[in-house]
Amino acid sequence: MHLTINGEPREFTGDPRRTLLDFLRLDCGLTGTKKGCDHGQCGACTVLVNGRRINSCLTLTMMHEGDEITTIEGLGTPADPHPLQSAFVRHDGYQCGYCTPGQICSAKAMLAEIAAGWPSFVTDDLAGEVTLTREELAERMSGNLCRCGAYSNIVDAILEVAGEQGA
Amino acid sequence: MRPFEYRRAADAAEAGALVQDRGTFIAGGTNLLDLMKLQVETPDRLVDINRLPLRSIEETEDGGLSIGALVTNSACAADPRIRRDYPVLARAILAGATVQLRNKATTGGNLCQRTRCYYFYNIDQPCNKREPGTGCGAIGGFNRIHAILGTSDQCIATYPGDMAVALAALDAGVRIAAPNGSERNIPLRDFHRLPGDAPQKDNVLEPGEVILAVTLPPPAGGKQLYRKVRDRASYAFALVSIAAVVRMQGGSIADAKLAFGGLAHKPWHDPRIDALLTGAQPSTGLFHQAAELLLEGAKGYGGNDFKIPLARRTLIAVLREATGLNEGEPA
Repeated sequence: MHLTINGEPREFTGDPRRTLLDFLRLDCGLTGTKKGCDHGQCGACTVLVNGRRINSCLTLTMMHEGDEITTIEGLGTPADPHPLQSAFVRHDGYQCGYCTPGQICSAKAMLAEIAAGWPSFVTDDLAGEVTLTREELAERMSGNLCRCGAYSNIVDAILEVAGEQGA
Repeated sequence: MRPFEYRRAADAAEAGALVQDRGTFIAGGTNLLDLMKLQVETPDRLVDINRLPLRSIEETEDGGLSIGALVTNSACAADPRIRRDYPVLARAILAGATVQLRNKATTGGNLCQRTRCYYFYNIDQPCNKREPGTGCGAIGGFNRIHAILGTSDQCIATYPGDMAVALAALDAGVRIAAPNGSERNIPLRDFHRLPGDAPQKDNVLEPGEVILAVTLPPPAGGKQLYRKVRDRASYAFALVSIAAVVRMQGGSIADAKLAFGGLAHKPWHDPRIDALLTGAQPSTGLFHQAAELLLEGAKGYGGNDFKIPLARRTLIAVLREATGLNEGEPA
């Protein structure tokens, strides 16, 4: 069974119980994606599948034949960081850093959702344009917990990148 | 997770044949895998139905919509037709879970999600839903999130979802395929069950049956609201939720359809409430009468007693907003 991880073709033939999260961390050595709760509550395991964010802990690798997976390692490198990674560093958008890869993957997908005009629960006009306020951002990022409570700096970092992208 | 065999199905008939006795369908998997990790669910076989051609939202002959069972919650809530003509559905979906989960969770799977009762989730505790005959830990235990309507002495669990509450208000249908190829359509309001003496059965699906689609009637118009009361502002299940579709004409209520979440083992719909409101002039007295009907048979179990006044106040607030009567005044 084939899938693509960060642009590279990969094969999976293992135990059907292997979650995508465990496949990434244990079989591919991509330990940037973190295991927090392992039940879809914390968001530390957030990766992009065909550009959309999901909890990699709540999906089986077997179910991703032909899919394109992007992890934090696929977004940027220390030498060439993604704008969100740079912004998190600039704004100190973390303390321990454990939730950070999930926060950044989630934020990247969120900006794409805003660009696509997806409403959220706090959007007043479901048919109108979406403006990324702090309230919108908090609602849209509620699937990513930060036990250190670095939320205010996380919000600042994401809003800065959103502003640069015109969201 | 316990070991299981993984199979893929190409169509509904194959899926029904593969699932057999100890098998389970998997679509988004966001609830099922959670439960399998806790060994609340221990299927011998997972039948992956993600390749069934059920991922589109199509217009129906009567002017409604048919939402394929594999349409994700995100895709459904973002669909321009849903946002324009069925805003209560978009709002209810967006009130549930997180974007990460809604990107995987499907329309059919969402209908089949299990209760979040703590005793159901903990395999060390008695639970008639998980293991019939073992008793109910929630009755006499911690039951803050539990049901006040339609309970039995076997089970006081709630159906936890938001989407189905809006679908109940909209009077949606569910299209189901049997393993022998036959199809049936049932009202969404009849899809979920009350616990009675068989709380292990959440809904009326027979073994091997696959949900094909949820069908929406032609747009009802009017004011459409989804009010959800919960412990956090985001990513929390409803303590009480109300979906309301209310159309006003010349100062009176031309049509009203309401459904309630967080109160029962199924999305709660009481036709007497819709009948009371339809054709009536909005008034505080009328809204109190509606609340009396809703809560006539309500029973608290200690921890959830607060849901009775909470449901009353939430209903009155929703009716005020929907009809424009004394909006903003305390209930």
